[in-house]
Amino acid sequence: MNARYRTAWLSSALCLTVAAFITMNVAYGSSQNAKKERVIKIVAQRFSFTPNELKLKKGENVRLEFTSLDFVHGFKVPDLNLRADLPPGKITTLHLKPEKVGTFDFICDNFCGAGHEDMVGRIIVND
Amino acid sequence: MINRRDFMKLTAIGGGAVFISGLTSLSQAATGYGKGAAYDDFYFVQLSDTHWGYQGPANPEAANTLKKAVATVNSLETQPDFIVFTGDLTHTTDDPKERRKRLNEFREIVSELKVKNVRFIPGEHDASLDNGAAYKEIFGNTFYSFDHKGVHFVMLDNVSDPGANIGEAQLAWLAADLGKQKKDAKIVVFTHRPLFDLAPKWDWATRDGAKAIDMLMPYTNVTVFYGHIHQEHHHQTGHIAHHSAKSLIFPLPAPGSQEKRTPLPWDASMPNKGLGFREVEAEIKTAEYKIIEFPVSRG
Repeated sequence: MNARYRTAWLSSALCLTVAAFITMNVAYGSSQNAKKERVIKIVAQRFSFTPNELKLKKGENVRLEFTSLDFVHGFKVPDLNLRADLPPGKITTLHLKPEKVGTFDFICDNFCGAGHEDMVGRIIVND
Repeated sequence: MINRRDFMKLTAIGGGAVFISGLTSLSQAATGYGKGAAYDDFYFVQLSDTHWGYQGPANPEAANTLKKAVATVNSLETQPDFIVFTGDLTHTTDDPKERRKRLNEFREIVSELKVKNVRFIPGEHDASLDNGAAYKEIFGNTFYSFDHKGVHFVMLDNVSDPGANIGEAQLAWLAADLGKQKKDAKIVVFTHRPLFDLAPKWDWATRDGAKAIDMLMPYTNVTVFYGHIHQEHHHQTGHIAHHSAKSLIFPLPAPGSQEKRTPLPWDASMPNKGLGFREVEAEIKTAEYKIIEFPVSRG
């Protein structure tokens, strides 16, 4: 094994080791986060979100899991800079950790028909 | 027969809105524009949000409002150079057949306008549920541009995508279209939704509207006329003025003023309250656009 080959081999081995370490930490971190997250399941269908009022605590980790039944609805919380498309046939997940107390309106922001304007709700964050 | 000048006096006396838009560039147009096109005084009429096919308590007379507005426009002594409808020609329906029926009925009603130079763009009620398919069959392209007496008019579609995106393809077209204009060209944009974030919690915005505004910003003389919010509203993004029009179906509350954007209650004693159309007069002598608000009908 000449010096150049040995250096390349050692570098590759080191990279693999570091990559494995990072992967383990990400997985461990995700697992830890998952344990701490409160899961709220929300159903979107024309023209409502159910539930349409979410009560959260400031600083808590929340995972919103959306199921859309009939349309690619949108979920948007303008004041929290949070939005997602909600295609039917899959669960759409958003992670949220509110850092301020207050009431934050959310809307469907994909025009979905005659009752689109009624497809709204709010997130209430308390201490 | 309405004399336009007399009507302007009446609106001023009666507290009607006569809004002067700061398009100080129009005087420059007099010196010649583009390919030698000379600027000349003219005015156009903007009608918006007619929602043909709507049935509900917010306007029990919905079957008549558009027809009355057409009659009022036809009664103007001096007819406008052209008329523009800035979207929500019809009220939305899930039924594709009914959508086409409403669009065709709308077209039939407005064919009674004396002025035959009539321009259209869709609103989300016309186009969002089928990405503009029915609208295109009946009215043609959802975005385009045209020139009139030295002013370049751009018709933008921010509704065929239900997510209120103009979209990369149309933005590329806009860039190419604007690229043919001089930086001091007189440019007027018609669109349905506000291009800026007027009230995001009511979805009164265009998701990628900032990209269009960025493209327009290098041009020194740009004014935007839009609909969607069923009321008169005036806003500036830098030097670009944005003016929304009243609707011809029901008024909506001031942006963000209440929890839901529900229509203002019908007033049987004033059935056309909050409704109307506008004329926009480009006058070279004052170097301004005058926006004059009209009621649905008079007398």
